[in-house]
Amino acid sequence: MTTLNKTSRRDFLKITSISGSGLLLGFSWFSVDAETPVIMTRANFAGELGFNSYLSIATDGTITIFSPNPELGQNIMTSFPMIVAEELDADWSKVKVVQAPLDTVKFDRQLTGGSGAIPHSWKRLRNAGASARYLLVAAAANRWKVGSEECITSNGFVIHEKSGKKLGYGELAEEASKITLPADIPLKNRKDFKIIGTSVRNIENKNIITGKGMFGLDFYRKGMVFAMIQRPPAFGTKIKSVDAAAAKAMPGIIDVVTFKNNVAVVGKSTWEIMKARKAVKIEYEKDGNMESTAEHDQLFVSLLNSGDAKVRRKDGDPEAAFKNAAKVIKSEFQCPFLPHNPMEPMNFFADVRPDRVELIGPTQTPAAARAATAKLLGIPEDKISVEITRLGGGFGRRLKFDFVLEAAELSSIIKKPVKLIWLREDDMMGGSYRPAVRYRFEAALDAQGNLIGYKLRGVGINVNNSTRENNFPAGAVDNLLIDSVEHISPITTGAWRAPVTNFLAFAEQSFIDEVALAAGKDPVQFRLELLQKARKNPVGTISYNIDRMETVIKQAAEKSGWGTKKGVSQGFSVYFSHASYVAQVCEVVMNGAKPVVKKVYAVSDCGEVVNKSGALQQVMGAIVDGYGHAMYGSLTFKDGEPEQKNFDEYRIIRMKEIPEIEAYFVDNGIDPTGLGEPALPPTGGAVANAIFKATGMRLRNQPFKDEPVFNPKRAKGF
Amino acid sequence: MAIFNLHINGKEFRVDVAPDTPLLWVLRDHLGLVGTKFSCGIAECGACTVLLGDNAIRSCVYPISKIKASKITTIEGLSEKGDHPLQKAWDEVDVPQCGYCQAGQIMTAAALLRQNPKPSDQEIEDTMHDNLCRCGAYHRIREAVKLASTKI
Repeated sequence: MTTLNKTSRRDFLKITSISGSGLLLGFSWFSVDAETPVIMTRANFAGELGFNSYLSIATDGTITIFSPNPELGQNIMTSFPMIVAEELDADWSKVKVVQAPLDTVKFDRQLTGGSGAIPHSWKRLRNAGASARYLLVAAAANRWKVGSEECITSNGFVIHEKSGKKLGYGELAEEASKITLPADIPLKNRKDFKIIGTSVRNIENKNIITGKGMFGLDFYRKGMVFAMIQRPPAFGTKIKSVDAAAAKAMPGIIDVVTFKNNVAVVGKSTWEIMKARKAVKIEYEKDGNMESTAEHDQLFVSLLNSGDAKVRRKDGDPEAAFKNAAKVIKSEFQCPFLPHNPMEPMNFFADVRPDRVELIGPTQTPAAARAATAKLLGIPEDKISVEITRLGGGFGRRLKFDFVLEAAELSSIIKKPVKLIWLREDDMMGGSYRPAVRYRFEAALDAQGNLIGYKLRGVGINVNNSTRENNFPAGAVDNLLIDSVEHISPITTGAWRAPVTNFLAFAEQSFIDEVALAAGKDPVQFRLELLQKARKNPVGTISYNIDRMETVIKQAAEKSGWGTKKGVSQGFSVYFSHASYVAQVCEVVMNGAKPVVKKVYAVSDCGEVVNKSGALQQVMGAIVDGYGHAMYGSLTFKDGEPEQKNFDEYRIIRMKEIPEIEAYFVDNGIDPTGLGEPALPPTGGAVANAIFKATGMRLRNQPFKDEPVFNPKRAKGF
Repeated sequence: MAIFNLHINGKEFRVDVAPDTPLLWVLRDHLGLVGTKFSCGIAECGACTVLLGDNAIRSCVYPISKIKASKITTIEGLSEKGDHPLQKAWDEVDVPQCGYCQAGQIMTAAALLRQNPKPSDQEIEDTMHDNLCRCGAYHRIREAVKLASTKI
């Protein structure tokens, strides 16, 4: 662990003076008039510069900041450079941002996931900017023969106020690059922040709104071929036979190759391989359980009663507490499988040659993708380069690198550069889903309505621990038992935005609401009382910060006018996930017998907000995402085959279905704790609790659209 | 294969492709116009929206043989300098998250504003409802269309 305010060797920064604009702008996406698509890749600039850093300063004052982490809409390409530019006192209008390729030597934690990039890099990005500023000031002071302490910086200039002298960073870059950096570089006081905490527009807006080729699917290179893979349509099956004769004879088809359980159709254009893939005749045979959703529903019920659960946490004597309880509340909640459905389907470019491998495309985990490719092909990692394009969404799907390996393996077989393309159907049928889970909660209340016992059992498919045993209300209950049971299925699962908490929070926050009402208490007051108890008499390990959770609860109640409004029904939810806290109040009105979700208030404590505009996007997007999937999302299976394959069968929330959102942030000055995910988990619970308030009907299962309150004809059997 | 002459973004193009090839793949694979995106391939999400004359069409299901002499506008040709009121509004409101659906959103809105320069809130919602945004940037999309409609 490095000392936070010291510049570690690994992140040591050296300004390199580069002339004008030549070096980094050497790439161009192909022009409109080009007959054949040719996209030159970005020059492997980091290597050419030969230094180890986040930025360079050109003699014309242009500041280039490298953004190492994959950009999938979390706006890291804007917020990372903002942090560097802040400490540098740069002129933001002169900042250029370049997506860095994978470089595990120059950068650290080059991945997108876990809402962790800003928290992880906060200090090192500030150090990068502050170090450069220090050197520029030292260079100016040397030139003017004055003390560094007499100089200030502002908007890309070093200024000597006494003499009125002023030099731009570009003019100082070369001299600055020769100065040795001391170990300790002071960082700004947050009251002096000029960029951090403001609203800065997405640095890539111009490219996005003019249709520049930025995404993996937009990558073309002269000589590359196109490929699609037919994978088994059902989990639990494998290839029995392949007849590709007809497909091979179709126009534009170069080859049809079978490897593992994949039949790859390789051709000269996307449309030609799309058509040819349909012409390949493949027979499949059983290779494992071919499971159906109806069976899972039955299985969940039996696993909840299984005697063989893994205990995650036990405090006190839960059995005795339940035996002595004045009142026991017991509820079950279930959530289905969900595909990720990023708008850009999976794809990757691979060019595997005997001496080197080139991988280009959208991935959340470039380092892991490279390591797996190295292992698969038996090629050392240092012979494999990974360029990261912009990601058309990720939501956790691109943490997996199955599609990277497919592209690499195919390229090594056909000995050609290949762009592998998944269609939407491939994406939705291709696994790595959010797992389906079912929970059983039990609460024991004494005669005064105190929570004296709490039990949670989670049963999930391919989810080892479907609980968060040290999360709220653990720590506030004397007698507690949390355990889990896992069913192993051939259906593949993976991380989905806010893993586990994206369904656990709905169930838990619905149940807390139910228990509060059973105890005769206001749901907000009930939560605050539990937190008080955890503060005064903590039981066991507590993973959450009591003060931060209490603050978001109180602020959300205040902002929403909790309990004071007429004509609307409010529901409350609060959740700690990753390292941040978000409380939400949902407001529902009735349209006849049908509840309508009108508004969600959100108060987030993610520590220091770097980019106000981007932070609002994350909160609003997460609420739309959380609500949309709770309301509509469901992937079901019949004999191992997904029953929804495209957006005609699978519902994604649309514009007319979104609630109004009012978002606030707690201003507490602590270092950032992440915001890509934490606003999503609380939403389902806030919505369900508001609907209960409005209708008296508890939503037990997702998607809500199939619950009796929305669909009286389709009440589930349990 | 057959020869097709196309009028795209004020320029003439000639391609030799199968007549059933969707316009989307002609734009992307044959003409290098990659601003128009592929996402569902069945005209459900709107990521591939372009203008045919003044109408928004889903290029992923629109065969090249149906286009004839109609003029096509893609995101690359919406304005010369990226300063169409919608593009400016998209930047000002800071709409994009991942950005993948935004070209289709903008082209859908462009068709709306060509036909109805002062749409009501309801008309904006009715039109934009057809385009998916998986990041959930709908609030700002709506705001940007509204803003652009005041500048046309």
